[in-house]
Amino acid sequence: MSPYELWISFYTMMRKDVVRLFRIWVQTFLPSVITSSLYFLIFGTVLGSRIGQMQGVNYMTFVVPGLVMLAIVTNAYSNSSFTFFQSKFFMRSIDEILVSPTPPWLMIAGFVSGGVIRGVLVGTLVLLISIFFTGLRLAVANMLVILLFAILTALVFALAGLVNGVYAKTIDGINIVPTFVLQPMVYLGGVFYSIHSLPQAARYVTYINPIFYLINGFRYGFLGVADIPLWVSLTVLSGLIVALIAINWYLIRKGLGLKQ
Amino acid sequence: MNALTINDLKKTYSNGVVALSGVSLAIPEGDFFALLGPNGAGKTTLIGITAGLVNKTSGTVSVFDYDIDRRPEKARTLLGLVGQEINFNPFENPIDIVVNQAGYYGIPRKVAIPRAERLLADLGLADKAREQSRTLSGGMKRRLMIARALVNEPRFLILDEPTAGVDVELRRGMWEYLSGLSARGLTVLLTTHYLEEAEQLAKHVAIINKGQIIVNGTMQDVLAMHDGDGAAENGFRGGRLEEVFLRLTAEK
Ligand SMILES: Nc1ncnc2c1ncn2[C@@H]1O[C@H](COP(=O)(O)OP(=O)(O)OP(=O)(O)O)[C@@H](O)[C@H]1O
Ligand SMILES: [Mg+2]
Repeated sequence: MSPYELWISFYTMMRKDVVRLFRIWVQTFLPSVITSSLYFLIFGTVLGSRIGQMQGVNYMTFVVPGLVMLAIVTNAYSNSSFTFFQSKFFMRSIDEILVSPTPPWLMIAGFVSGGVIRGVLVGTLVLLISIFFTGLRLAVANMLVILLFAILTALVFALAGLVNGVYAKTIDGINIVPTFVLQPMVYLGGVFYSIHSLPQAARYVTYINPIFYLINGFRYGFLGVADIPLWVSLTVLSGLIVALIAINWYLIRKGLGLKQ
Repeated sequence: MNALTINDLKKTYSNGVVALSGVSLAIPEGDFFALLGPNGAGKTTLIGITAGLVNKTSGTVSVFDYDIDRRPEKARTLLGLVGQEINFNPFENPIDIVVNQAGYYGIPRKVAIPRAERLLADLGLADKAREQSRTLSGGMKRRLMIARALVNEPRFLILDEPTAGVDVELRRGMWEYLSGLSARGLTVLLTTHYLEEAEQLAKHVAIINKGQIIVNGTMQDVLAMHDGDGAAENGFRGGRLEEVFLRLTAEK
């Protein structure tokens, strides 16, 4: 395929998913808006005032990047795991792509694109809600860093969700990971607290959690402070992205769960 | 040139079922080729491997001399597939299904939309183009699959039981449509359990049984194997091809 044809194929996959996202917006955009509003109400307003300051800012401001990140992670992940799973399981419409000249790497890009878009869009919505709850007093140290980390986060978890979608044999197979792996990872990754408030042993556990690197870069973008330097976050994330692309490429090229 | 060249193709599924045990087959360009065989003979497996939906165990397959392993993109660009099972998203509209399929081949929407509309109209689906495809009848779904398979203007069309569940009148209409395509130079590979259909349409015919080709030749040659004996077995009388088929695939 020529570069133009590759682009058309990519655009087709992306467009199809974006159309779907907006058609079923109640399922795709609304849930995170509601849960994050609840978080802001409970953690920010009710409990936040008792917690006081964290890393030199009031708790509400501290927790905003975490909530935006949580929304990006869960939406990007579930989008690509679900769309991939349903297209291979439900009427096997993935055959439409498999019989076409679209190469495996482009298929990955196509399936991941919807997850990235949904992650970033829902993240933006949650950010808007947080501005509402914090009364426009939200700190923004570096908009570019925020955007970069939002996209990287969405990319990492859309890719991870795709791996999940490839392996899943039943619908439970795509629900288990978000509940038992993703949620704990997010909660323990320093989204709601600074690791400086953790005992030493717990800090080491945090260092192997990719969420920690994402939230740090992200929080740096908002607050201008982070637990670790920005370049460390970027290096870890780039490594993760490369590894996840390689895994997906291997699985899809081999046709795991796709071809008998 | 051959539209399809298959050499010593073998397929053993992961559960140990041997679906193809050394199949070789050539379909010349412009041919209308019928691949016949009883249920479970290996037809869909052979087609799946050719179209890139099933991994083969060994052997080689080329589409217009493009090896499906070494030049998969070229091979697939020249191919259109109407699969045995309905495999589109029932919540999408026919027009979207066909236009998106074109997209996967790198055909932009401004080219694909008029083309899809024309194909759907040709196949009698113009007034259904913008309704959810789950509301289509069984025969309409088949025709939607044909429209989808033609949107990339393939030179080789594979149809795996396209007339299953299609009523007599529509089936005739479909034959006419396929003959028209064939007359314009499209190479067609058809599987069907309606043997009179194959007899009407095909120039060449192969019969596959238990993963092996047992007969392969022109329709005349195969029909000439009909000897008039053994006819009206069990009191039924079929077409000539049907009787040859039954004799050759009968359990010994
Ligand atoms: N996914 C699969 N896993 C295991 N075995 C399979 C699979 N698909 C097909 N088979 C087996 O392979 C053999 C050939 O099946 P295939 O679908 O190719 O036959 P067919 O000629 O198309 O039959 P039909 O006329 O019923 O469509 C059968 O024994 C079938 O049970
Ligand atoms: Mg079959």
